[in-house]
Order: sequence, then structure tokens, then C-alpha cells
Amino acid sequence: MTPAARLSVKRFKPGQAVRVRRAFPPGHIRTPIYIRGAAGVIERDCGDCVNAEERAFARSGLPALPLYRVRFRQQEIWPGYDGPDSDSIEIEIYANWLEPA
Amino acid sequence: MSHTHDHDHDHHHPAGSAPQRHPFQPDDPPPTGHYQLMAVALRELLIEKGVLGADEIRAQIERMDARGPHLGAKVVAKAWSDPAYKARLLADGPKACAELGIELDGMRLTVVEDKPALHNLIVCTLCSCYPRALLGLPPAWYKSADYRKRAVREPRAVLKEFGTELAATTAVRVHDSTAELRYIVLPLRPAGTEGWSEEKLAGLVTRDTMIGVTLPKAG
Repeated sequence: MTPAARLSVKRFKPGQAVRVRRAFPPGHIRTPIYIRGAAGVIERDCGDCVNAEERAFARSGLPALPLYRVRFRQQEIWPGYDGPDSDSIEIEIYANWLEPA
Repeated sequence: MSHTHDHDHDHHHPAGSAPQRHPFQPDDPPPTGHYQLMAVALRELLIEKGVLGADEIRAQIERMDARGPHLGAKVVAKAWSDPAYKARLLADGPKACAELGIELDGMRLTVVEDKPALHNLIVCTLCSCYPRALLGLPPAWYKSADYRKRAVREPRAVLKEFGTELAATTAVRVHDSTAELRYIVLPLRPAGTEGWSEEKLAGLVTRDTMIGVTLPKAG
């Protein structure tokens, strides 16, 4: 991440609507492909964590990034999902992958 | 039929060979791989330089091997018996485990609670992240590509294959363990266990109930 991108990392609050960036960078990425581009809601702020995507290449991973648990509706993620509307999935996502929705 | 290796494999038989015959196993073990060699070299160097003793390494392996689902079961049984403990466990997993003398060595444990209309299921789609400090080594199926793919996409079908059929009014919440947190499920305390001791309750709490693929049952 460039220094400018670091400065633009936003803080989110529980309940806030977010969208996962639809990006496909190379590397050891912790945001699963199936969730990229999806809209969800912040479930909780997990505090700041060393960026594992940087650590994977023996870099420091600093500054630490906010990590969030984000809740998604299963019916929005999988076409033809076989289950009620109330089914959900929660994933930990680093702040650099999230945008306000 | 004995296997000297632990990976699964299909049996492909050359044309004309007897189909019931298992392929011959080599008499000698396969050559040591690069990473195995590097691990051995690192261990030998650490000992040679006096950084670690062989007995310290052995003791740590013993410590890791001693970890298993009985630790998680103790935590769940305590939470079932003591509402104040349950609240502390949900708020701060590692701290609540330390109260029971269980040290998680920096693992960021998150406990997700089942409710009468909510069932939780744990998976790691990217690799096989698992709360080893509390449950020991993960089962082979947890690491399989099938479980990892299907638990997120069709959790109800997966649960059914484990014998767990949920009412359509019960929401399923899947937790994909992708980053820093590790999860266990706090299942609902089964009916018919009123007045049970924590020890007796812990006997109902299996590894699979804490991953969320099955439900604890009282008999």
C-alpha cells in the first residue's frame, strides 16, 4: 500500500454499511474472492492488526490496519442460495479492503 | 491394507493388473523434502548454538500434543453453568480462558453464541485456521477442500450430512476465519441437563459441537 493509501484508510462503526473492494491484486490476499464486491454491515471492530498481506512477504506489515468483522446476507452472496433470508456469513476484513456503501 | 503415508489417494491401476491389488509401497521412505530438511537443519543449529535445548523442543511438542477439545469443553461447560462467566467469555475469550488456567499463547479467541433461532458454523476457506490452543489439531475433514468450499456456499446441506437438521426458522451464520481471530461455538445447553455438574456437562461438549457441525445431546 502506498503512504497516500494508508492515510485514506477509514474507520467504520458497528452497524455501518460497507462494500468490499472488487479488486484482484496478486499476492497472499486474505479477502476471499467470493466476497469481493459484496455489500455488508460492520459487526465489530477487532482492533488494529499487523497487515498479514504484507507480512506474507517478510515485510513489517506496519502501520497496523483496523480489522473488522463484516456480516453479509447469504442470499446476496450466492445466486440460488438454498436457505432463508436470515442466513448470514461473517468474515474478518482489513480496512484497506472496505469502502463505505 | 497398510499405508505408510497419511494422504488420501485414489487407486489407479494399470490396465491388466488385478484391480483388488494395492499398489506396491516402496521399501525405503521417499527422500526428505526441502522444507523437512530445512526444519531439521534449523532445529540442529538452534541446539548447536545453545539457543534451545533438545529437551525444551520435546517439552513444547508434548505441550502442543496435550491440547485438545477437553479444554474447550471445560470452557463451554463453565459458561453453561455460570451466566456471569459466559458474559466474560463472550466479551474477552482469552481472558476468560485464563481464568480457568488455560493459556492461549496470544491466540485471539472469539466465542460465538448459539441462540434458539441462530446456529453458528466455523470454517476457514483460505487455509485451515483453527483454535488449536483450545481444541488441539483440526480433523482432516476441516482441512479438506470440500468442507472449505461447501460450508460457506451450502451450509445447510453440509450440516445435514453431519446429521444436523435445523428448522427453517433457525438462521445459520457461517464464520469464515480469514485473518487474526479464531473461533469456537458456544452451543445451546441441551434440555434435560438441569442440575448437572460442570464435569458431567463437559462430557457432552465434543470437538464437532464447538466447530458447529453438530449439536450436543443429553443422552
